[in-house]
Amino acid sequence: MVKPPVLEIAGLEKRFGDTVVLKNINLKVREGELVFVIGPSGSGKSTMLRCCNRLEEPTSGAILVEDAKITDIARRDLDKMRMKVGMVFQGFHLYPHMSVLRNVMLAQIKALKRPKDEAETRARDMLERVGLSEKADAMPSDLSGGQQQRVAIARALALDPKVMLFDEPTSALDPELVGSVLKVMKDLRREGMTMLVVSHEMAFAREAADRVIFMDGGLVVEHGSPEQIFGDPQTDRLKAFLSRVSQGAE
Amino acid sequence: MQDFIELFFNLDIMAQTLPLLLKGFWVTLQLCAVVIGLGLAGGLALAVAALSPSRWLRWSAIGFIDFFRALPPLVLLVFVFSGLPFAGLELSPFMAVVVAFLLNNSAYYAEVFRAGLRSVPGGQAEAARATGLSPTQTLASVVLPQAVRNVLPDLLSNTVEVVKLTSLASVVSLSELLYAANMARSVTYNSSPLVLAALIYLALLWPLVRLISRYQRGLAAH
Ligand SMILES: Nc1ncnc2c1ncn2[C@@H]1O[C@H](COP(=O)(O)OP(=O)(O)O)[C@@H](O)[C@H]1O
Ligand SMILES: [Mg+2]
Repeated sequence: MVKPPVLEIAGLEKRFGDTVVLKNINLKVREGELVFVIGPSGSGKSTMLRCCNRLEEPTSGAILVEDAKITDIARRDLDKMRMKVGMVFQGFHLYPHMSVLRNVMLAQIKALKRPKDEAETRARDMLERVGLSEKADAMPSDLSGGQQQRVAIARALALDPKVMLFDEPTSALDPELVGSVLKVMKDLRREGMTMLVVSHEMAFAREAADRVIFMDGGLVVEHGSPEQIFGDPQTDRLKAFLSRVSQGAE
Repeated sequence: MQDFIELFFNLDIMAQTLPLLLKGFWVTLQLCAVVIGLGLAGGLALAVAALSPSRWLRWSAIGFIDFFRALPPLVLLVFVFSGLPFAGLELSPFMAVVVAFLLNNSAYYAEVFRAGLRSVPGGQAEAARATGLSPTQTLASVVLPQAVRNVLPDLLSNTVEVVKLTSLASVVSLSELLYAANMARSVTYNSSPLVLAALIYLALLWPLVRLISRYQRGLAAH
């Protein structure tokens, strides 16, 4: 039985002025699926993710989260929708003036209007889920990059999102810290979270992705299982990209 | 030497005029509370407008800030107090000072806030918006606290300037500290009340100035 899509991107196009950055992107991420996005820098991966919660306004096309058509929501009603779409950035963006616990509580209280004690319980649960219970009272600057990124994941999870978007979550990390973040992402996948992940961690993609999308020049160039994409690339562009990545050039 | 002390540090005269000066000081404090509060609020609003994506709003705010930063505050005050009545708008000395200072202070505070807001990385607001915070919540909980922390010495320095500038109010006969001291001088034919006023200003501002320079040393050490 095919599960319904949690996130659907249909005919998405994005222009900045005269530059076309995304052209006719179509993609469904089904419940519990992890879809992996690869592609050279500048191919439009971040822009695609940012269109999914309208941090960037799509020029045309539709984004659906479950049954809600994100692209039809009035700007002032966007905030409720954004909680349903968790987002994790390359640069973590934890709030440096708040403790780890406050970081995870803030949007629960302000946006979700949860009572404080409930928000705190939830925050502590999420910190435990990413393995950082004992850091609740630390300040972000006291944490390693890997720990900060896991707090950022907890911050998004605390809002009960339907889908999580990851934009190169490990690219800013020292190599020895990458594993701890990937482990949290694998746990999430096992627990059934729906995820759309932009990353260069090919080994992770082979192991954890249901499907892989290769983007180049604002287009989805190839789309298939990890075995197909990595084992049997069809286009020259993907072949060239994979060989560049394996030489560590991307 | 005896004359000098007699003229400038006459303790009897100081004691005698102290109640009058304290009354003036109380007016100065009230004036400070009002003009600093309004200046901070107006400055923040202007700074947000000056960083707005709307070109119209941005240019209006920047025009306002530039104009009132370039206009000497004394000219502005005299205009508001003595110039506006010709247009049928008569303000009490206190209100005239409040209006003139709101215009002048907002412009200065706006420059400080603007620098502060720009010093906060864009990713902060983006992360907040991505978790469903409204623009106002994002500003209040995430961006502004970091902005203020980054420009705290400038905010404090500006506030010291504002306190000093409130003595301009004596020009429109508002009986604040300097006005009271000058009254006392003309009645007693002695300059000691002016010295006393200066000492009161010093007592008020010196701790603030100390704090600022300690803070700036602290930042430099980082
Ligand atoms: N705000 C913007 N204004 C103009 N061009 C942009 C903006 N954001 C991204 N772009 C351009 O869009 C293209 C795709 O960028 P991006 O989505 O960041 O690619 P990727 O994440 O795959 O590296 C790039 O050419 C980039 O320069
Ligand atoms: Mg990117």
